[in-house]
Amino acid sequence: MHKLWASTYKELLLLSRDLGGLAILFVMPLVLVVTITLIQDSTFRSINDNKIPILWVDYDKGEVSKNIRDGLAESNSFNIIEKESDKEAKELVFKGKYQLAIVIPTNLSSELEKKVNLNVEGLLSKFGLDQEIPESQKVDLDKKEVILYFDPATQMAFKNSIKNGIDKMIFKIETQTIYKAFQSQITDDESEAIFDTGSFITFKEITPTIGENEIIPNSVQHNVPAWTLFAIFFIIVPLSINMVKEKSQGTFVRLRTNPVSYLTVLGGKTLVYLSVCLIQFGLMLAIGVYLLPTLGLASLDVSGKIPQLFLVAIFAGLAAIGLGLLLGTVAKTQEQSAPFGATFVVILAALGGVWVPVFIMPQFMQTLSNLSPMNWGLNAFYDVFLRDVGIIDLVPELTLLFVFFVITTAISILYNERKNAV
Amino acid sequence: MIQISQLSKKYKNAEEYSVLKLDLKISEGEIFGLLGPNGAGKTTLISMLSSLIKPTSGNFSINGLTFQKNGNQLRQLIGIVPQEYALYPTLTAYENLYYLGSMYGLKGRRLKEKINFHLEVLGLEKFSRKKLDTFSGGMKRRVNLIASILHDPKVLFLDEPTVGVDVQSKNVIIDHLKKLNTLGTTIVYTSHHLNEAEQFCTRVAIIDHGKIIVEGAPKNLISQYPEAHNLEDVFLTLTGKALRDHA
Repeated sequence: MHKLWASTYKELLLLSRDLGGLAILFVMPLVLVVTITLIQDSTFRSINDNKIPILWVDYDKGEVSKNIRDGLAESNSFNIIEKESDKEAKELVFKGKYQLAIVIPTNLSSELEKKVNLNVEGLLSKFGLDQEIPESQKVDLDKKEVILYFDPATQMAFKNSIKNGIDKMIFKIETQTIYKAFQSQITDDESEAIFDTGSFITFKEITPTIGENEIIPNSVQHNVPAWTLFAIFFIIVPLSINMVKEKSQGTFVRLRTNPVSYLTVLGGKTLVYLSVCLIQFGLMLAIGVYLLPTLGLASLDVSGKIPQLFLVAIFAGLAAIGLGLLLGTVAKTQEQSAPFGATFVVILAALGGVWVPVFIMPQFMQTLSNLSPMNWGLNAFYDVFLRDVGIIDLVPELTLLFVFFVITTAISILYNERKNAV
Repeated sequence: MIQISQLSKKYKNAEEYSVLKLDLKISEGEIFGLLGPNGAGKTTLISMLSSLIKPTSGNFSINGLTFQKNGNQLRQLIGIVPQEYALYPTLTAYENLYYLGSMYGLKGRRLKEKINFHLEVLGLEKFSRKKLDTFSGGMKRRVNLIASILHDPKVLFLDEPTVGVDVQSKNVIIDHLKKLNTLGTTIVYTSHHLNEAEQFCTRVAIIDHGKIIVEGAPKNLISQYPEAHNLEDVFLTLTGKALRDHA
């Protein structure tokens, strides 16, 4: 035990002697969390302060184009800029100056009305409520297209959400036009309400609750745990560098001649770097609770969750350290350990669902995602932050993280013993 | 004390053996010098004896113990002064020694007293709280030595302990090693300083191409070669004057 404490103290001294490195170790993850949370905040807001400028070319100037324009304006997501010509708008969007241009074709309103009226009259005549339309009055109307130009760099998710939004608006306008046509055929009194045109089917989102309080997801509750976990796993970079440095300094070679086990050496590192992870985690929570609200973001809600959160942080930290120990044991140079470590963390984060939710990944990647310790950690954090589960419910994820730590550490020890067997 | 039998080492991808079927006995209380040109196999032999590399064949024991059977017991019995400093440059001399002494199971007052004693004898007590990266080469060599003797080893292996140091540091190191020897530590060391070895060692072996070509007390060896005035003459007679560069 004395050897373990001596190893721990030595690691602590080594860390404390590199104040620049220590500052980077603590400050950079905090900067990362604040930056990402600020960037991603808009995607979580129902009312967005940062309106996206879009171009609007209206050749219709009728009721339909007015309704679409009003719908876009009401969404509060767009700053609508009028343009006279389709060509100009297209050019500006394809050059990347704007994300989107919407072109409303000529006579959209009048022809939609004409089309609906013809259909309604045709239908009513079948019921004998109206005169049959003479063949001479039947006209074939061309289909109208609302044209959308997207900047080629626009993300698919944004494109889809715009397309769906406009599609929904057009559907609504078409429905209302049909109701209106029926109304004008049935009664001359426009104020008489024959149809209830409001939606019959609506949806309601039910969110989890703590007591009587709803847990409303926001960018802070999503981003702080995700990027905190990312930062925790980045510990593998300084840890593996520390180990490679010991090899190049010759101190690892000296330790091999001493009556001390590799497990003890790794134990000292584990204790110190786990403490670093936990301090880092505490600072991240403090940033979420105290700093982010001053930047106009929601406050991180940690009430009643602190023990569960630190429990998850301990196990996530252990998994990250296990990986760092393995990398440090296998790597021969810093040129091997640093880039590999950094890239591998990014891969684990991507697989774990830090950037893209796992459920939208291809099936194969979803399977791989189940093998990422970051996925286990992220799920555990979301369980605490967003699903309000108890400690017992965290056991499966915590077990996986701990088993990962045990396996990676065991491989490190076996690798070292095999390589240095005498 | 040290019994080596048919010990061989061939590195992976190497064409020749670095140490080949080497037999040697070193008795308790000796100061034994392993001398030889670059690439002769000295460091390889010391590395095998200190459990850093695995022999290809053959065996050895120290005080009747082997690393295969009595690893930690044997490691507690020996001390190794590597050719490189093998210390933490950002820690102070004292912190380095405290940590490395702890790895031998030393602790508390006993450890502190031992560190202070050796620092004082080797003239480093004033610098004990300075970081090692501010030390000169000679000072680092002395700390490197102390780190290996805090636990009073029965056998001390030194791989070129005086390389790259000034005469003053060299004398302090050699004097301290002699004192340790009088207190019962058997010393096995390699060196390129033949005059130093001639003065310091009770027995030497000249090793070349992985084999011992001659061994004995320095004076006896010199007397065996009528034209030799010192150990260096014996060495050149036996190993030749050709350069031994190797990569």
